[in-house]
Amino acid sequence: MSRIGVFICHCGENISRTVDVERVAAAARKLPGVAFAIDYKYMCSDPGQGLVKKVVVEQRLDGVVVAACSPRMHEKTFRNAVKSAGLNPFLCEMANIREHCSWVHEDREEATAKALDIVRLMVERVKKNKALQPITVPITKRSLVIGGGIAGIQAALDIADCGHQVVLVEREPSIGGHMAQLSETFPTLDCSQCIMTPKMVDVANHPNIRLYTYAEVESVDGYIGNFSITIRKKARSVIEEKCTGCGICSTKCPQKKIKSEFDCNLGSRPAIYVPFPQAVPNTPVIDRANCTWFKSGKCGVCAKVCGPGAIDYNQEDELVVEPVGAIVVATGFDLYDIGPKPADSPIDGYGEFGYGTIPDVIDGMTFERLASASGPTGGKIIRPSDGKEPKQVVFIQCVGSRAREKGISYCSKICCMYTAKHTMLYHHKVHDGQAYVFFMDARTPGKNYDEFWRRAVEEEEAVYIRGMVSRLYQKGDKVVVMGSDVLVGVQVEIEADLVVLATAVQARSGADTLAQKLGISYDKYTFYSEAHAKLKPVECATAGIYLAGACQGPKDIPDAVSQASAAAAKVMTLFARDQLEREPIVARVNERTCVACFYCKKVCPYGAVEEKEIRDRQGNLIRVVAYVNPGVCGGCGTCQATCPSKSVELDGYTDEQVMAMIDAL
Amino acid sequence: MHHSKKHAFEPKIVAFVCTWCTYAGADLAGTSRLQYPANVRVLKFPCTGRIDPVFILRAFQKGADGVLVSGCHPGDCHYMAGNLHARRRFAAFRTLIEFVGVDLDRLEFSWVSAAEGGKWVEVVTELTNRILTMGPLEEFKALEAEECWSGKLDTPELQEAYNNI
Repeated sequence: MSRIGVFICHCGENISRTVDVERVAAAARKLPGVAFAIDYKYMCSDPGQGLVKKVVVEQRLDGVVVAACSPRMHEKTFRNAVKSAGLNPFLCEMANIREHCSWVHEDREEATAKALDIVRLMVERVKKNKALQPITVPITKRSLVIGGGIAGIQAALDIADCGHQVVLVEREPSIGGHMAQLSETFPTLDCSQCIMTPKMVDVANHPNIRLYTYAEVESVDGYIGNFSITIRKKARSVIEEKCTGCGICSTKCPQKKIKSEFDCNLGSRPAIYVPFPQAVPNTPVIDRANCTWFKSGKCGVCAKVCGPGAIDYNQEDELVVEPVGAIVVATGFDLYDIGPKPADSPIDGYGEFGYGTIPDVIDGMTFERLASASGPTGGKIIRPSDGKEPKQVVFIQCVGSRAREKGISYCSKICCMYTAKHTMLYHHKVHDGQAYVFFMDARTPGKNYDEFWRRAVEEEEAVYIRGMVSRLYQKGDKVVVMGSDVLVGVQVEIEADLVVLATAVQARSGADTLAQKLGISYDKYTFYSEAHAKLKPVECATAGIYLAGACQGPKDIPDAVSQASAAAAKVMTLFARDQLEREPIVARVNERTCVACFYCKKVCPYGAVEEKEIRDRQGNLIRVVAYVNPGVCGGCGTCQATCPSKSVELDGYTDEQVMAMIDAL
Repeated sequence: MHHSKKHAFEPKIVAFVCTWCTYAGADLAGTSRLQYPANVRVLKFPCTGRIDPVFILRAFQKGADGVLVSGCHPGDCHYMAGNLHARRRFAAFRTLIEFVGVDLDRLEFSWVSAAEGGKWVEVVTELTNRILTMGPLEEFKALEAEECWSGKLDTPELQEAYNNI
C-alpha cells in the first residue's frame, strides 16, 4: 500500500471561499493509499513548505499531492521541497483546485465535490509515478557558425574571445558577405570596408577560429551539446597551405572577361581569382566552369607561373567532420531578383520595371558597387549602358516588398534607409545631379535614422514623391518613369538617366535545404523561425541552434550585429556548464516488444528515434529496434500514442499513470 | 450559460488537454474568474500527440458522458507537429468510435490556445449543455457493469468518503 500525503491549500481565501478544504482533507484521509492529509492557509509559504517537508519525513511518505494552484505556478516549488526532504521530486504532483476549480465555480457543493475528484485523480496518478532522475548530457564546447557575413563574423569573434573554439563555414571563397560589398553605411556614412575588413582579419588570425571558406554544411547529426557536422570543402584547385597569396596567377590568367559576381556583373575577373582585393583568406579559387584548362585541357598558365606550386587541377571536394556543441545560423539574405522568373520560384512579379532588359535599370547593390571607392568604376557614378554620368536618377522603393498580390507582404526594413543614403552618395559625387525617390512610406525607426532621412530630403535635395510607379520604358537613351504623386494628386513623368530599384530582402536561396539538414523550421518566405517571437528571438525551437542576422528576417547591420552577439551569449551560456541537465520527461523503448516498424521514427519531430542493432557475442545481427536518444527527445509522447505494439513509454506520462486516472473518474 | 446544480442528471465530462496551450488556457479562465459548469475533469498531457485514442474509449467505458480533446492551434504546437499527428489520428478514430456505438456528438475536438480562456469556457459550457440534453451514455455503462472491473470506485472507504461530502 502506498503512503501518500495530501496537502490542501486555502490560498488565503482564494480556494477556501468556494471549496470546503477541511471536508476535502477529511475525505482525502480516507482514500486508499493516503497516509496523511491536511489543509493549511498558505502551503507555498515557508511554514507551509516546512510542513510538507516535515510530514514527508515523519510519515515516511512515498508520494505527495499538493492540492493548490496550477502546476504551472508552483510545481517546481513543491518538487524542490519534497526533494530537500529526501523524496524524488517526480513523486510529487499538483492537484489544480484553484484555476480549474475554486476560481471558476461559485457553488460550494459542486466545487468541493470537484476538488475532491481532482485530488483523487492525482492520488491515483502518484501511485503509479516512478522516481525519475534528471538526464545529464555532456557538452562539446565548440561552436559552429554557418555564414561569414557580418552576423556570422560577430558571433564567431564573440564566442572565440570567450575562449571557445569556433568553426566558421562560408560558402563563398571569402568571408565578408554583403557588408563587404557596400560602399558606405547609414546613418553615419562610414566606409563599410573600413569597419568590416579589420573584423575579417581578426577572424583569420584568431587562434580559436577554424575558418572554412568555399565550403558548405553537408550534413548535421546529433543534438544539443553533441552535434557532429560534416563539412564539404569544395575543390578550390589551389592548395591553401602552399599558396602565398601573391596574386601572380590572377594577373597572368588569360581568361579575364568573366563577370564579377562581387561587383554585381559590372566589372570582370579572371578564371582564377579572389572575389575582392581584401578577401579573407587571400587564397584564390579556380572557377572551373570558366577556366580554359577545365574546358579544353589547354592553358595551365597559372600552374606554370605559381612559384610555390600551389595549383592542383586534380583537387577534389573534401569532407571534414567537426564535433560541436552549438550552432549559430547566420546565412543572411539575397536580394529579390526581378529579372526573368525562375521556374521554381513561388513569387510572382518578375520582369517588372524593365530590370534585366533595360541596362540602366539596376538594383541597390549594383549602385553600392558603383559608389564604392574600391568598385569597378573607382567610385565614379556612371551608367552601365554608355558610361555617362547620370544627371537625373530615379530611385524606386518597395520593389517586391509590401506587395501582397505579388507574393511578398513584409517590409524589407533596410530599403528606406539605404535609398536615402544612395541619394546622398549620388549628390556628393554628382553635384549638379537630381535624385528622385518614389516611395510608399519612409520608415525610419532607429537611432539617428529619421534625422538621416531628413538630411537627405532637406539638405541633400532629394525629391521624394509619394506614390508608386505605374510604367517604365526606354526612350532613346533615357528611361521614362511614369508614376503618381498621391500627395499632390498629379501624374508625374521623369526622363531618367538611371533607375535604381530598392528590391526586397529575401531569404538566401537554399535556406530550406539547410533548414532540413539542421532540423529547424522556417516561415513561408523561408526565413528561419525563432522559438518565440518576443522572448526567445535568437533561439530555434531545436535546442542548441541559434539564429543571427537576416536569415531570420530583414535586418540592418546594427540589428544583425546585436542579434549575433545575443546568439553568441546564448552559446556561451550553454558552454558555461560542463553537463546539460534536463527534465527527464523522455520516451523509452521496450526493446523486447519493439517490432521495428519505426512509425515512431516517422512521427518524431526531433529526429530522436534511431535504429539500434542488437547483436550477439559473435557480432551477428539479431534484430533492429528503435532507440530514443534522451538528449534529443523533446518529450511530446507522439511516438507512444503512435506505437502499434505499445513499446514506447513516455516517462512521467505512462499509460499506467493515465489509465489510473481515467479509471478513477 | 452556467447552469444551476439542480439537474437530475449531472454529465461527466473528461477533457484531455495539452499542457502548453489548452491547460494554460483553462488556467487563464481561472485567473480571469470566468465561470463554467463544474462537470469537467481535466487530464493533462505534454501534447495532444500523446493522447492515445484508447484513452477516449476507456473514458467512455469508465462512465464519461462526453469527452473533449483540446490542444494548440495548428502551427502553434510546442513540439512542432504533435497536434497535427493528433488531428490525423482522431480523424481516423471518429469512424471507429461511431462504429462502436458512441454518438459523435459526445466527442469534441478543439484548439484552445494559452490566450483563449474565454474559448475554453465556451467549449466546455457548450459540450456540457449538449450532453445534458443528450442524457447519460447508458450503453457503455451497462457493459461496464457486466465486466468484472478493476477500478476502486466502489470500495467501502470511498463510499464513505463521498457520503461525507
